[in-house]
Amino acid sequence: MRRVLRVQTKAFDASAEIAALGLGAETGALVTFTGLCRDDGGTLAALEIEGYPEMAEAEIGRVAAEAERRWPLDAILVIHRTGMIAAGEAIVLVATASAHRGEAFDAAEFLMDYLKTRAPFWKKAHRRDGSAGDWVAAKEDDEAAVARWVSSKPTAL
Amino acid sequence: MKARYFAWVRERIGLAEEDIAPPASVKTIADLIAWQQRRGENYAAAFANAGAIRAALDRQHVKAGAPIAAASEVAFFPPMTGG
Repeated sequence: MRRVLRVQTKAFDASAEIAALGLGAETGALVTFTGLCRDDGGTLAALEIEGYPEMAEAEIGRVAAEAERRWPLDAILVIHRTGMIAAGEAIVLVATASAHRGEAFDAAEFLMDYLKTRAPFWKKAHRRDGSAGDWVAAKEDDEAAVARWVSSKPTAL
Repeated sequence: MKARYFAWVRERIGLAEEDIAPPASVKTIADLIAWQQRRGENYAAAFANAGAIRAALDRQHVKAGAPIAAASEVAFFPPMTGG
């Protein structure tokens, strides 16, 4: 089991990060998800992501441990950025590897659903017109996405 | 104990962190939020809607009824919007 969990300000190279996992021949499925900064119809210049770094690392670790408990995984990779992220840039990278695709897909979706609602990060919008940014509001859909994992299996989280 | 504030909670209070010494009658997160509401206009603005505030004790999510006595660090913040 390979586990790479990082919070960082600098941009990441998804291909290089995946290659660095050094997956073995037992892995038959690799799922990667990259979350990007949308420009909101051309109005958004950047997102400023504030984090609670010490808790983020602990919380991502707890979520990763729960994913490992639920699915037979060969690798989990989570990289989440903080600081100023321009529209079009990547914010988060999640990768999961397993023998078969079902587990890898499910685990990747589980990780993202939990990261969005439990990892201590907050987004502030910076508009192209230079207006003072608003804090992005949490979405009820994101809570609903987590609720279905709770109902599918008891969770330690 | 050390208190840490994030996002609009931090902005409204005007501090990222501080040491706080609530009275012994403040036993839970809910008590602590009520106590914070009385510490001044900025705190009242930050904690006006207790339902919109999330809390962590020693870097773990907790609910409003969680006892605070054993913790050395408390954090208050809005619902998370990472990912």
